[in-house]
Amino acid sequence: MTIKRDSSRRERTVGGIGDSIAHDSASKHVTGEARYIDDLPEPPGTLHVQIGMSTRAHARVVSLDLSNVKTAPGVVAVLTAADIPGENDVSPTPTHDDPIFAETLVQYWGQSLFAVVAKSRDAARFAARRATVVYEDLPAILTIDEAMAAQHFLEPPYVMQRADAAAAVDAAPLKLEGRIEIGGQEHFYLEGMAALAVPGEDEDMTIHASTQHPSEIQHKIAGALGVASNAITVEVRRMGGAFGGKESQGNLPAAVAAIAARKLGVAVKCVYDRDDDFMLTGKRHDMRADYRVGFDREGRILGLDMVQAMRCGMSFDLSQPIADRAMFHADNCYYLPAARITSYRCKTHTQSNTAFRGFGGPQGIVACERVIDHIAAHLGLDPLLVRRRNFYEARQPQLAVQRAAGFPSPPVRSTTHYHQDVEDCIIQDIVDDIVRSSDYDRRRAEIRGWNATSPVLKRGIALTPIKFGISFTKTFLNQAGALVHVYADGSIHLNHGGTEMGQGLNTKVAQVVADVFQSDLERVKISATTTGKVPNTSATAASSGTDMNGMAAKTAAETIKARLVALLAAKWAVPLESITFKAGRVSSGAQTMAFDDLASLAWMSRVSLSSTGFYATPKVHWDRAAARGRPFYYFTYGAAVSEVAIDTLTGENRILRADILHDVGRSLNPAIDLGQIEGGFVQGAGWLTTEELVWDAAGRLLTHAPSTYKIPAMSDRPLDLRMRLFEPSENQEETIHRSKAIGEPPLMLATSVLLALSDAVASVGGYAHYPALDAPATPECVLVAVKRVRRAAGAAG
Amino acid sequence: MRDTVRFSLNGDVVAVSSIDPHTTVLQWLRNHRRMTGTKEGCAEGDCGACTVVVGESRGGQWRYKSINACIALIGMMDGRILRTVESLKGPAVASHPAGELHPVQAAMVACHGSQCGFCTPGFVMSLYALYLTEPSAPTLAQINFWLAGNLCRCTGYGPIAAAAQRMFALPRPAWDDAHRTADEAALAVLDTDETVLLEANGCRFFAPATEQALAQLAAESPTATIVSGATDVGLWINKQGRTLPVMIYTGRVRDGDFSEVSISPGGRHSQVFIGAGVTHADAARALQDPTLGELWRRFAGLQVRNAGTIGGNIANGSPIGDLAPALIALNATLHLRLGDERREMPLEGFFIAYGRQDRRPGEIVIGLSFQVREARTLAVHKVSKRFEDDISAVCGAFNIVVDNHTVTSARIAYGGMAATPKRARAMEDALVGKAWTRATIEAAMATIDSDFQPISDMRASADYRREVAANLLLRVFLERAEPKTATRLVGVGGAFGG
Repeated sequence: MTIKRDSSRRERTVGGIGDSIAHDSASKHVTGEARYIDDLPEPPGTLHVQIGMSTRAHARVVSLDLSNVKTAPGVVAVLTAADIPGENDVSPTPTHDDPIFAETLVQYWGQSLFAVVAKSRDAARFAARRATVVYEDLPAILTIDEAMAAQHFLEPPYVMQRADAAAAVDAAPLKLEGRIEIGGQEHFYLEGMAALAVPGEDEDMTIHASTQHPSEIQHKIAGALGVASNAITVEVRRMGGAFGGKESQGNLPAAVAAIAARKLGVAVKCVYDRDDDFMLTGKRHDMRADYRVGFDREGRILGLDMVQAMRCGMSFDLSQPIADRAMFHADNCYYLPAARITSYRCKTHTQSNTAFRGFGGPQGIVACERVIDHIAAHLGLDPLLVRRRNFYEARQPQLAVQRAAGFPSPPVRSTTHYHQDVEDCIIQDIVDDIVRSSDYDRRRAEIRGWNATSPVLKRGIALTPIKFGISFTKTFLNQAGALVHVYADGSIHLNHGGTEMGQGLNTKVAQVVADVFQSDLERVKISATTTGKVPNTSATAASSGTDMNGMAAKTAAETIKARLVALLAAKWAVPLESITFKAGRVSSGAQTMAFDDLASLAWMSRVSLSSTGFYATPKVHWDRAAARGRPFYYFTYGAAVSEVAIDTLTGENRILRADILHDVGRSLNPAIDLGQIEGGFVQGAGWLTTEELVWDAAGRLLTHAPSTYKIPAMSDRPLDLRMRLFEPSENQEETIHRSKAIGEPPLMLATSVLLALSDAVASVGGYAHYPALDAPATPECVLVAVKRVRRAAGAAG
Repeated sequence: MRDTVRFSLNGDVVAVSSIDPHTTVLQWLRNHRRMTGTKEGCAEGDCGACTVVVGESRGGQWRYKSINACIALIGMMDGRILRTVESLKGPAVASHPAGELHPVQAAMVACHGSQCGFCTPGFVMSLYALYLTEPSAPTLAQINFWLAGNLCRCTGYGPIAAAAQRMFALPRPAWDDAHRTADEAALAVLDTDETVLLEANGCRFFAPATEQALAQLAAESPTATIVSGATDVGLWINKQGRTLPVMIYTGRVRDGDFSEVSISPGGRHSQVFIGAGVTHADAARALQDPTLGELWRRFAGLQVRNAGTIGGNIANGSPIGDLAPALIALNATLHLRLGDERREMPLEGFFIAYGRQDRRPGEIVIGLSFQVREARTLAVHKVSKRFEDDISAVCGAFNIVVDNHTVTSARIAYGGMAATPKRARAMEDALVGKAWTRATIEAAMATIDSDFQPISDMRASADYRREVAANLLLRVFLERAEPKTATRLVGVGGAFGG
């Protein structure tokens, strides 16, 4: 970002709302000057801590002998549960089921058992391998199958329903049953987990951590050390990627570093290497969906009965709200007159699965789109037609008002299976637009013709829409705070409770604050997120970072602005309303003053130039026991058309072209929003194609490094990618400048890739046999589906 | 014998001695020099976050190339020019007190090429190597070639690809020339012929500069670990924590057969010789063979191809090394040297069992040779989960000669199908002497089970490996018998470009 400060009078500021400003750290990223945790200058005597891991999936720990660890070169200390002054727990929920160090029972291969503190990171790493642990093996439950058979769940199944789905399916003229297996996904943030704990006076401790949730780390470390939260300060300037993986899973390395720092009285750093990160941390939940759907001859759904089974791993972590969100998105964009969604939260002896961009939503949407695709194949219809026939009613902004006024339930196709009305549906407009711009109809016909002439390579195309609910579904989390200072020279210091993980949150919030004061963006200094400035924050998650922190920062800035206006109105003896801020100046009629001079004047006049701001999302409420309410403030929409090619000899595949049209309301920063869309789409495509997690029969993860776990590389992006923001658009709700959240939703646009692959596979059976392609659609998975379809066609022919 | 490793770091000559020879370049930069711009993403050469640029002179040609600092050992830098992300900016001047961004960096900013920024220094250095090598803005295929070894989890790559083109539209920075002049001058001083010995903690790292010295050292230390690009040895150190008491590094050798690619004239018998010390990137460039070139393009990432050598790939004996099946199908001859004694053997016989090769203690691989005409009938197909920067599930190499609609000879070898790279004898027998027809091919495909009993692992199941191995023969047939049938998604002969 190069913004020249220009003191001459200009019409507008640089870096205001809607400008495609580069990421605030871009210049530091490209020079290597941007610091991540492991780059921070180390306090003298800093030690390094390594977690020692379980080598069993489920076992009693008979004995733990660390004598060989202690005598390894460079080792300073070892830590076990006995060294924890407070509570042995880092779980993000009140379930207390994530011990810092397992004591008598290990529940996954890779679980933290002890830690080694040494003078170098390598010394600690290799010393940890010298532990002698005697285990007594217990039967391990590793898969969804095994957990379902043993009824091994974290909690009882949860149901969302509307009307009598089973009866509706039974009574429907047509019905189908099916199953889809959807694999998990490793976050593969490029910066692994990292924390540096620096002890201070008394019981104080400062933690520099790579985390989306500094307040939770503060809280958990206070608990582990047995001190009050006010003794712990957690700071994060930036993360090298997170994607949900650092919402709760950063608690463990931070706690281990803090316990070691407390015990030894020096700074201690805990940095996971790539393999440890894979072995220790949870991933996206894999899910199986079994469905029974009833529909009419046009493909209109009459009832859906779906059972979702999610593999949660050994503890709760965030699995409850994640599994809930998979249920919330079982409808995607479609009205379900009768629906029952049943969710099983399988407890397995594997890594505790956690938040990952979309938070269960992607699994729900992929399962839903499979149902639609299956119906279309059964009826021999273009799936797009079936989609359109099932969309929620467009734009019903008055529904809630009508209901509140006691009107009878309106007879529109707008109510979800969790009894929230979809008031802001614009998916019809988006789909109409992208069908035209992507030339969908012509290309679909052309592809079918081409396939008839190509015996080895086959092409496929699919259009999938998304609707994604915005808000934390645990309602109390929908709150945010900010702190703004204006200094006497007119420069602005901005702090808020959100964390920067690459998504451009700091840039957008700074744009919001600069806009309030009509200052150039370069006058706004973004500072590291710290629990010392903004307390009790929620994780930066659920795509809500800008919505909530932007509003809180705006409120803080407007509080200061109101004081400045009052000061100037009195000085100039003009009405408050006559004072305007524009392009670095404050004016009323002919009187004008530079903003910087006004700041100085305020200081001289003893007017406070500092304010906090707070925001709580309105309208949301959720009664989980009744499974009714309005969990989402609003919905965001988008659609993608993907065209792929497969090789029927090997199953290898490529994305030839992708068209994306996505709604962000009024964009605060189109460049950042498009960056989230492209990155999310490619990440989603990776999830659904090459990214395969493999555990062996003993429960050991075999894919624990980029040599074996394959995220998309440069050439895996679509050969031809065409993205647009849906315009004109604005959020129907009063969000920050009427924008919409962007972080998670684009990932789900990649559902089109999976269904395009399915379309290509279907071609080998003349489109008469549904491939029922699972995810990830690796070359092997595609080849197996090709064979399945060929066999079915052979049997039928 | 010199006991100090000397190289140029960002324009300054540095001398390193008494350092543990297992220290990687990345560890040295970050821990010893506190230069933290270069990042660790995986410590195994797969993600590229640690990419640095090395300058060197080969055959009188000056060049810069990218390598992974995480698996390069510090001793390997001797006599080299090392440039890191910290050195790209221009000098501090009045208009840019902190130094002006290099066009590579400015283009990345302008194109929104960074989000979280952690992979960014690595991308910047790969782009820098591209910028210093290519004369003009690269095509998308070239961008894929240059950046396949860098992973980004945020951007989806499009903005980085845009930056790769945009950077050529920006004014050329004057300081690039100054850097190069300084680097060439430094190299002239650093480039010497004496053997270097780095010794600490009871471990010794020898870096001989001639083939003679290399052969002699190896013979004298028969249990030493021979290190070429360290693209595997680096993992033994980083991942397994192995201690290697004696290492002999081959990368400084610049003379003899060991370090050259030659094509001997001889008409029908013209022969290719590839020295063991030649990197994959250099071999691909020297041979310009479309079939082998396509295999090399999908061989790891460019940083690994810039470091890893032909000899290392063969001597390592991995069942999934991609070169061996192709060279066995070419009926290549392996050249070995023990002290002053040289011997030759068919490459095929070199691989005895998993982890065991026919290499005597102290013997080194000097190179490989094969007949040029063999390459004309070669087809190689690699199948992996991801197209680039991945390890084969199956790699099949087919050297089938058809004369007058009849198969007159067939040498077929597979990687990923057995404990060693191995020939498919039954498949060959099912082809030779038969008519070149689909029926013959289908009969030959059915022999796969008698040739191979592959394993299931995280890359693929045994069933998939068997099926695809057979199908690759069909692909070879279709490509020759039905050239109008599209059989490849991308790459050479790809139906869809890219």
